[in-house]
Amino acid sequence: MFFEQLLQQVINGLMLGSIYISVAVAFTLTIGILNFLNFTIPALYMLAGMVGWSLSHYGLPFGISGPLNWAVALLIGIVCAILGSLLVERFTYRYFKMKHGDATEHAIPLVSSLGFLLIFEYLILIAHGSDTRGFSTPFSNTDLRLFGFIISIPQFLSLIFSILIVAGLSVLLNRTKLGRALRAIAENPEVATLMGIEVNKIVPIVFVMTGFLCGVSASIFAINYHEVSPYMGDHVGTKAIAAMVIGGLGSVWGAIAGGLIVGLSETLSIYFFGASSAQITVWGLLLILLVFKPTGLFGHNAIGKGKF
Amino acid sequence: MTGYMSGVLAILGINIIFAYSIYITAATGQLNLGGAGFQAIGAYASAILSNEMGFPIGLTLIFASIFGGLISFLIAFPILRTKGVYMVLATFAIAEIVAGVILNSDYLGGPTGIVVNDYIETELILIVAVTVVLFGFYLMSTRIGLAMRAVHDDDAVANLMGVNTRAIQIGAFTLGGAIAGLSGGLYALYFGFVEAQYFNANISIFVLLFVLIGGTQTAWGPLIGASFFTLIPEALRIGDDWRFFIFGIIIVGMMIVRPEGIVTRDALDRVWFKILGKTNV
Repeated sequence: MFFEQLLQQVINGLMLGSIYISVAVAFTLTIGILNFLNFTIPALYMLAGMVGWSLSHYGLPFGISGPLNWAVALLIGIVCAILGSLLVERFTYRYFKMKHGDATEHAIPLVSSLGFLLIFEYLILIAHGSDTRGFSTPFSNTDLRLFGFIISIPQFLSLIFSILIVAGLSVLLNRTKLGRALRAIAENPEVATLMGIEVNKIVPIVFVMTGFLCGVSASIFAINYHEVSPYMGDHVGTKAIAAMVIGGLGSVWGAIAGGLIVGLSETLSIYFFGASSAQITVWGLLLILLVFKPTGLFGHNAIGKGKF
Repeated sequence: MTGYMSGVLAILGINIIFAYSIYITAATGQLNLGGAGFQAIGAYASAILSNEMGFPIGLTLIFASIFGGLISFLIAFPILRTKGVYMVLATFAIAEIVAGVILNSDYLGGPTGIVVNDYIETELILIVAVTVVLFGFYLMSTRIGLAMRAVHDDDAVANLMGVNTRAIQIGAFTLGGAIAGLSGGLYALYFGFVEAQYFNANISIFVLLFVLIGGTQTAWGPLIGASFFTLIPEALRIGDDWRFFIFGIIIVGMMIVRPEGIVTRDALDRVWFKILGKTNV
């Protein structure tokens, strides 16, 4: 009996981890390629979820039509996250790159992205207040019972989906011309420019991916847990940061491992020690790991060590 | 002095002290994103000392800072093994762990918090704040301050030139923790109540923003940054949500106009040149 319950918790943990994976990959991509810790990511995640909710609840602005289908609304939410991400690119990353050369030597883009975090979060708070909103989808009670274990189908699909997206990303980075350009920029932006890579056209692609990953992850969250709130990004964002650090900065597969480890340790710690212990377990694990392996599990030696 | 004014001044004083604690570590090139954790340590230490042990106020504050400093000294060794973003996130982890430990501890009141019996007036906070600011200026004018600047600009070269980089970094981290503990102690005694939920990630982020936007190059930075961001929202007496929205826009705009912070060494030199007709250096 005990082992069955434990195994159920392990399954729940892996499912929870699948939510963190996409966001952790978004973090790890921007830091790995651009050496930029993008704090807007939790806000983009929240933006996608809240825009999706708002459209499926109120419909398009100016009363063009009635409330939209949940899937269409979430798609528009993802597009909004991508547009928001491009806005951040324009006013933090590109601007400082033009003005200060390798801007990431300073903490400037980091601080600026914190500014954008506040702007997006409080814009949504002004528009919709701070209440948690129910998000209704056709999938309400779709648990699959397999050998006595409860597996929620949307959660299972989302785990598969996250891993597929990340696998696709990994292929993109390692096999395509675009991927090679991105890795060249990660190595050295100046030399990449000399080699004929149009850095200014390639960098926005990273931000489009960031927005897309956040949007997809938020949609998965909304479908699974049937709720969105202006604060949904904070919780997932901090856990995704932990996942990224555990996996190692800049490593896409590390983000998957990290996401699953964080999800697992969170559910197991709640199961054994109660709800408020998860914080200590997850961050304690991270701290202990960093003491013994200061670059995370699969981190590259050169990434994220630059001074501020 | 009206009650409202004295309230604002008390918060201003606490924020300035807190900003200097983060500034002293930032001046050696380490960003501390766990300020709230160290502040919480000081606040809870002084709540316990004053309630359970019956310490007088002065002694409580001294022990709150010693306790904050001691814990940061112990944490500094593992933390300084990490660099750059890893270190920023490791300090963040520490703040989360401190909040988690408090929430899970019955002795520390758990999620309900502790009521503090003693209380202090605004005047004491302002006196301590002025002392901390003067100490910050003095520290940056000494050889140690110069060594801190050297470590901030390039730790490898500073090491080659005979600066004990590790000692400077650990010392700055410890001192930062002690001052954060002091600000926490003042917070606990002034508001008479501490709860873990107050010392959250937003507090850590805001205090780091005070310092980075004020400027890490000179000791003026945290003073200007903390005053700017405590007084501007008070002046813009509008809804809370709009306030933070405007705060965000100011941050983005500020980074465009003055990316090294409001007060930089160059700007100070220019001001001195105008006043004295010669540079200050």
